[in-house]
Amino acid sequence: MRTELAVIGAGPAGIAAALAAARRGIRVTLVDAAPAPGGQYFRQPAPGLGESVPQHGGRTWTRLRDALAASPVDVRPEHHVWCVERESGGLTVHALLGPEQRASVELCADAVLLATGGYETVLPFPGWTLPGVVTAGGAQALLKGGLVTPGGTVVVAGTGPLLLPVATGLAAAGVRVAALVESTHPARLPRHARALAGKLPEAAGYAARLLRHRVPVLTRHTVVRAHGKDRLTGVTVAALDARGRVRPATERLLPCDALAVGHGMLPHTDLAESLGCRLDGHAVAVDAEQRTDVPGVWAAGEATGVGGAALALAEGHIAGRSVAARLRGTTPDPDAWAPAARVRARGRTAAAALHALHGPPAHWGEGVPDDTVICRCEEVTAGAVREALALGAGDTRTVKLLTRAGMGWCQGRMCAPGVAAVTGSPPAPARRPFARPVPLGVLAAQHHRTTSPEHRPRPEEGSP
Amino acid sequence: MSESLTCDVVVVGAGMTGAACALYAARAGLDVTVVDRGPVAGGTTGAGEGNLLVSDKAPGPELDLALLSLRLWAELAALHGPDVEYDAKGGLVVAETPEAYDGLRAFADAQRAAGVTAEPVPADRLHDVEPRLAPGLPGGVRYPQDAQVMPALAAAHLLRASGARLLTGREVTRVLRARDGAVRGVRTPRGDVHAPAVVNAVGTWGGELASRADVFLPVMPRRGFVLVTEPLPPRIRHKVYAADYVADVAGETADLLTSPVVEGTAAGPVLVGASRERVGFDRSLSLPAVRALAAGATRLFPFLSDVRALRTYAGFRPYLPDHLPAIGPDRRAPGLFHACGHEGAGIGLAPGTGLLIAQALTGRTPELDLAPFRPDRFPRPAKEAAP
Ligand SMILES: Cc1cc2nc3c(=O)[nH]c(=O)nc-3n(C[C@H](O)[C@H](O)[C@H](O)COP(=O)(O)OP(=O)(O)OC[C@H]3O[C@@H](n4cnc5c(N)ncnc54)[C@H](O)[C@@H]3O)c2cc1C
Ligand SMILES: Cc1cc2nc3c(=O)[nH]c(=O)nc-3n(C[C@H](O)[C@H](O)[C@H](O)COP(=O)(O)OP(=O)(O)OC[C@H]3O[C@@H](n4cnc5c(N)ncnc54)[C@H](O)[C@@H]3O)c2cc1C
Repeated sequence: MRTELAVIGAGPAGIAAALAAARRGIRVTLVDAAPAPGGQYFRQPAPGLGESVPQHGGRTWTRLRDALAASPVDVRPEHHVWCVERESGGLTVHALLGPEQRASVELCADAVLLATGGYETVLPFPGWTLPGVVTAGGAQALLKGGLVTPGGTVVVAGTGPLLLPVATGLAAAGVRVAALVESTHPARLPRHARALAGKLPEAAGYAARLLRHRVPVLTRHTVVRAHGKDRLTGVTVAALDARGRVRPATERLLPCDALAVGHGMLPHTDLAESLGCRLDGHAVAVDAEQRTDVPGVWAAGEATGVGGAALALAEGHIAGRSVAARLRGTTPDPDAWAPAARVRARGRTAAAALHALHGPPAHWGEGVPDDTVICRCEEVTAGAVREALALGAGDTRTVKLLTRAGMGWCQGRMCAPGVAAVTGSPPAPARRPFARPVPLGVLAAQHHRTTSPEHRPRPEEGSP
Repeated sequence: MSESLTCDVVVVGAGMTGAACALYAARAGLDVTVVDRGPVAGGTTGAGEGNLLVSDKAPGPELDLALLSLRLWAELAALHGPDVEYDAKGGLVVAETPEAYDGLRAFADAQRAAGVTAEPVPADRLHDVEPRLAPGLPGGVRYPQDAQVMPALAAAHLLRASGARLLTGREVTRVLRARDGAVRGVRTPRGDVHAPAVVNAVGTWGGELASRADVFLPVMPRRGFVLVTEPLPPRIRHKVYAADYVADVAGETADLLTSPVVEGTAAGPVLVGASRERVGFDRSLSLPAVRALAAGATRLFPFLSDVRALRTYAGFRPYLPDHLPAIGPDRRAPGLFHACGHEGAGIGLAPGTGLLIAQALTGRTPELDLAPFRPDRFPRPAKEAAP
């Protein structure tokens, strides 16, 4: 199949880009792994369950959804992109189909937009692998996707701006939120007040809702342990001192059935990395038009830095317009998207401030006991990571080599921040050449198709 | 911060080769310091596989070194076996055509004469030896001496066992030489380490280190990709590969030559590797290379078609123009010893290399003739071209 622009990811960024490009006459194919467009923010309730739960950005979503339906954009759900390949004729998007992810299709495009969003990070603590402990986004997804509540009583904990909407969302859905536990000190807020000005009305709204639902807020607190045998029965929380260490004799038990925990988000960069795009820290580096340094490849939304839905929409819009101009061989006029550029500038400033505000607690790694499992897939404990350090591992890559932490099914998406915390080094962007596990049969079939017999390596039998 | 240390020998490189050199030098009674610019096993040792093979080697100096090394590996395994995930599982080389089978058996005859155990396996017995193999293969040869270790663990544990002083995060920027030309230590940004002997065990970067001692050694990178599957229950018993691997090791073309070795690991995943390309230090994903690996693996083991590859990684084998490593003293710089350029066999050849280096360091007669491995066997090109 051929298209002009392949957009990967149908969240706010991808949809905005697809619409902007299609409106300018570009043939656009929009692929996403999920069964329906929307991304993380506009995740759709399961069909048949009605819309009784308040949707985020309700009006914006309705507008986008209707525009998408009316547009010529070719929307392809349940396409799990495992690799984007650079070839002489353009770019080839490889995607596994449906929930089974056995068959692979190829989509050839002149331009590709990476709008793959981000994923949540969770730092490990004793009991974090118990059933009943979910990510903050996981709780939100349950609520948004299936209208299921994770349990009668929930504690929401961690750090970052996601915790507020998660807590209020759960409360609004009739779940009792026993506490919102945030490790950041509220006194640090004023320092960033100017940058956050745009975000503050939102925050004030959340605060009011927390109050209305009587959600106790514990700032500068952290979860030190989750309790339970077969599933969660409660969590112990404790206060943090100024240096981010647990203050003695401040522990207390909060009984609960579920813990929604999150320590911020990281951009998905797998596809960008195997394309060879330059990264800026953990995010895909882009220019003012949202172009990466690889010709034909744009990126927008949380893939280029975590910053919320409004920022993602603005970046996507700019990317779509840039693609439209560039594919027609013209230079786009940035003035044409000045309003979006203003939203983008504000959004990025606020995001940077939030990021500075909500750094994960310092000294986290030191506090993790030796017997706590850090990597679930390979069952690697904090003690094993420390043993590897004693053997001469100096960074997360060699810790992984010596312990197998991060080598399992999730390829470190879940455990990399925890391994880095215990290792005491900053988490490095992971090299994951396949964004999804891919059957060997798929690769082999492509070999037979792409290699003519005379190009195939010829066995020179038996001679050394 | 600057400090100054003195010891008997500085081993530069904390990969598999450096670890083995440190171990045998320390056993010979020397005070050893190991210096690496990164962590332990951060170079090619952490980016390859751990096949310890005699099966792919033709009679000659490399096979002699492999036989010595496999004997030493078995000894080391008695002390460190579980730590380094040593597994004497044996290799099985299969032929895909009747002519290839004839060739394989002839090759095996020659290897047997050199001391290799090699047992032909006719078609009707192949599936007793390796039940999941594809049907219809004409036969193979089993090599019980082939074994495996987990390279990064092996390097780390042997280094620890050596008791050597380990300085990580320090790049050697200069090999220090006295006015008479003799080596007197190494320079790092965090201080000098003084010693009358320095071992160049920096693998793929061996040419660069040699030039920091003002000698010429043309070590070059040869890229390899490995495919790693999801964890599986044990289904593949040996290291299994097709005969074209034997040809590729000495292959002279710069094109992609893929010869998949398929093997299970202690942890569950199946490893398929490795491709061989000369493309410099380019780490970016090559789909053609990994497709060829998958095609080769599924041809040998059809059940692998439904098994998923979780990841792939690339490393850079250190190779010299004649595909033999450089091992031993460098006459051009007294006190400088080389132990690098082992290409796709540096894990397997490490203990033998370490022992030979220790013998050379202590003035004993080396177990093997070092002449084929002489580091000064490559004349410096007339017009100095960057390697
Ligand atoms: C719990 C939670 C609460 C939030 N609350 C708020 C809030 O109150 N206000 C706010 O502004 N923001 C909020 N956000 C953030 C908001 O969701 C994001 O900023 C926004 O969704 C980013 O948009 P995006 O288009 O960049 O990525 P996403 O919305 O994440 O969309 C990315 C899409 O790419 C798809 N994808 C990724 N990889 C692949 C692949 N390999 N193949 C195919 N498809 C792929 C995914 O399926 C997904 O649909 C919240 C996020 C979370 C998790
Ligand atoms: C894909 C692939 C598969 C392979 N499979 C096998 C196999 O199955 N069996 C086998 O036996 N071999 C295999 N090999 C080959 C094997 O990995 C190498 O031969 C071996 O790892 C080389 O080890 P080394 O210690 O010599 O070098 P390295 O492991 O590269 O160690 C060199 C060290 O030197 C350090 N260094 C470099 N420059 C400096 C400096 N200036 N100062 C300080 N330190 C420095 C580096 O940081 C590095 O740690 C494979 C290789 C690849 C790429």
